[in-house]
Amino acid sequence: MNGSSRFHISKRATIPWYFAWAIRLGAVVLAMIVCALVTTLLTGQNPLGVYATIIEGSFGTVRKFWVLLQEMAILLCVSLAVTPAFKMRFWNIGGEGQVLIGGLATAACMFYFGGKMPNALLLLVMVIASIVAGALWALIPAIFKARWNTNETLFTLMMNYVAIQLVSFFCNIWDRKGSGVVGIINPNTRAGWFPEIGGQEYLLNILIVAVLTVAVYVYLRWSKQGYELSVVGESERTARYVGIKVEKVILRTLLISGALCGVAGLLLVGGTDHTISTTTAGGRGFTAVMVSWLAKFNPIFMVLTSFLLAFLSRGSSQIAQNFGLNHAFGDILTGIILFFIIGSEFFINYRIGSATGKEKEDGTHA
Amino acid sequence: MKKVLAIILALVMTIALFAGCGEKAAEVTIPAPVAAEGDPEFENDSTAADAAAAKTELADVLAKVKVGFIFLHDENSTYDKNFIDAAKEACEGLGVQYVLRANIPEGQECYNAAAELVDDGCNIIFGDSFGHEDFLIQAARKFPNVQFCHATGTKAHTEKLANFHNAFADIYMGRYLAGVAAGLKLNQLIEEGKFSADEAKIGYVGAYPYAEVKSGYTSFFLGARSICPTATMEVTFTNSWYDEALEKEAANTLIQRGCKLISQHADSMGAPTACENAGIPNVSYNGSTVAACPNTFIVSSRINWVAFFQTMIVNTAAGKRLAADWTGTLQNGAVELTEVNEQAAAPGTQAKIDEVKAALIAGTVKVFDTDTFTVNGEKLTSFAADIHDFGDFVGETEVVKNGEFEESVYRSAPAFSLDIDGITIIDG
Repeated sequence: MNGSSRFHISKRATIPWYFAWAIRLGAVVLAMIVCALVTTLLTGQNPLGVYATIIEGSFGTVRKFWVLLQEMAILLCVSLAVTPAFKMRFWNIGGEGQVLIGGLATAACMFYFGGKMPNALLLLVMVIASIVAGALWALIPAIFKARWNTNETLFTLMMNYVAIQLVSFFCNIWDRKGSGVVGIINPNTRAGWFPEIGGQEYLLNILIVAVLTVAVYVYLRWSKQGYELSVVGESERTARYVGIKVEKVILRTLLISGALCGVAGLLLVGGTDHTISTTTAGGRGFTAVMVSWLAKFNPIFMVLTSFLLAFLSRGSSQIAQNFGLNHAFGDILTGIILFFIIGSEFFINYRIGSATGKEKEDGTHA
Repeated sequence: MKKVLAIILALVMTIALFAGCGEKAAEVTIPAPVAAEGDPEFENDSTAADAAAAKTELADVLAKVKVGFIFLHDENSTYDKNFIDAAKEACEGLGVQYVLRANIPEGQECYNAAAELVDDGCNIIFGDSFGHEDFLIQAARKFPNVQFCHATGTKAHTEKLANFHNAFADIYMGRYLAGVAAGLKLNQLIEEGKFSADEAKIGYVGAYPYAEVKSGYTSFFLGARSICPTATMEVTFTNSWYDEALEKEAANTLIQRGCKLISQHADSMGAPTACENAGIPNVSYNGSTVAACPNTFIVSSRINWVAFFQTMIVNTAAGKRLAADWTGTLQNGAVELTEVNEQAAAPGTQAKIDEVKAALIAGTVKVFDTDTFTVNGEKLTSFAADIHDFGDFVGETEVVKNGEFEESVYRSAPAFSLDIDGITIIDG
């Protein structure tokens, strides 16, 4: 053993759930302290004011709370979408592009069919178009993976950029003034806009995602297909041995993954934004990876992790606003917090002891 | 069993959340502006001096005003910096509270930012980018007690919302004056034998091929050609308001194609930096770039937004109705030229600018005089501009009158979108 090494890192066997959550909570507390320090050093503000501002960002007014729920719902929807693929160990980081393509399909329906068919039919066409578009966008890398075993991480990542350029292309076609901004689609007829339930513009989106959350949970936990994809994730060879058609599972799972991303695009464009731009997905395709991962691919836990990330993002943007800082400062704070949260997973999976302690431990356990 | 319990708990929590907020409407009450008294008409040419005079009377009311600003980018963009500096100056001059929101894209983010500013108590909100317009209109509909003012937009006079307003300035006159400075520089270089008169080609880096940009580069070119008759111009578009690498590359391409002087309507330091590196003279926009480009910066035209901000804020505080369109002019100081950089400019530039400026104000020189340019080889006698923006993209207003294209007369935002002879667009 290297004599200069003072620490010893070993994998934990199991860890009680409350201990794991205590570590995570500790990480959040530490992150808050560092955030407060950074903000105080840079702005001279009282750290308590910083915390209050974070909370104000989500709970300051009734409207802010609705926005928090809406942000959380969309993020959760994208996270639900990437989860089946992740559980199969198919690293789909193309959520961003799949959401955008779903949104683009929705916007195209609103743009071309708005006012030319009854609104109920238009909504139906939008739903179908967004789901098909998202599913196809995910299916392309899945076919390459299933047939030729290409690297899905790179492939799905690159598909994001293709989607962004396609959106940019259509923005330039649809905006005939030439500044490349579509603006609000059908502002007067409201064709293709989701109905508001009880005057709440975000409620329908939130309800849809709530239903999807339960559906994905049931699918992964209790359906045969959910079982198959987790077997493929554990070991492709085992899957083949027990008679699972691996290619079929990969294609099917990615179709579902892409379709759900398409739904997220639908909710964004038809439900709230009523426009399309290259920033419509807003990085959620990537944040969703973290939401899904932190929740250990469990849709119910993802409600919590998506809440956490949406809450932090709202809070850090409020800090930037209240203290007159550049918006990038909010990103810095979010970055600090995510660093600690992701870092905490290390301490959940591994234990750190001193080198001498390790020898004692070995002695007793041997 | 534990999982089932988790689902039930989650559902109960979700329902509890909805039940909790269903009772209160999401509307936030904003103190309505003081009721209009007398003079309902809006003073379109109120100056900062008027605003300052009004300040003493309105001090009490102004103390209750909070102003919100939405910017597409931050201070790294010359366009937004010009806006941000004016916002701070205007608000600090009046002593009103203000909140700045930078880096807000031209999408739903803009509506959200506006709604958040309303939540934080703003009574008047300004947006600075063309693409913000639809989302500010959406916010204006949602929050009728808050005033929304949008620079460069086109829809205020057709939307007819009492709380949504457009603003722009006769910047085409400023561009024309900047063009005069460019023409003088070209003449100087021709006289010095650096290149022949026929080689006097200008390069222009534009953001998007739409009216505001086209009107800007055409007036700049007409100003340059009024001094250097053999001048031609090549234009390239970046299709982005702010892309430093792309703008630098575009400027370098133009320089390689033989352009002797560069100007731009794109908001990064890309083009000015490329010029400084290549030793090519640059006429800037939105503000002086002399600090970064001491050897090549000649002059810059800019809109001084302070008067606009202060007029809107003071009138909102006083409860007066605001006009649908606010147009800044050379006379009221909203259209400005920065200090001339003697090190790069041709001798006598400032004097010539002053002379032409006086002529523009007097009306003896007209920027879009139809005797000074042709379209497809012919004199322009008629043009239907799409002044009233109903989303149909069909021109309906005759703007060629009395021998000129009447720019920014029927609405504040520019409408000149023609391609005149002498200007070549080099993209595909």
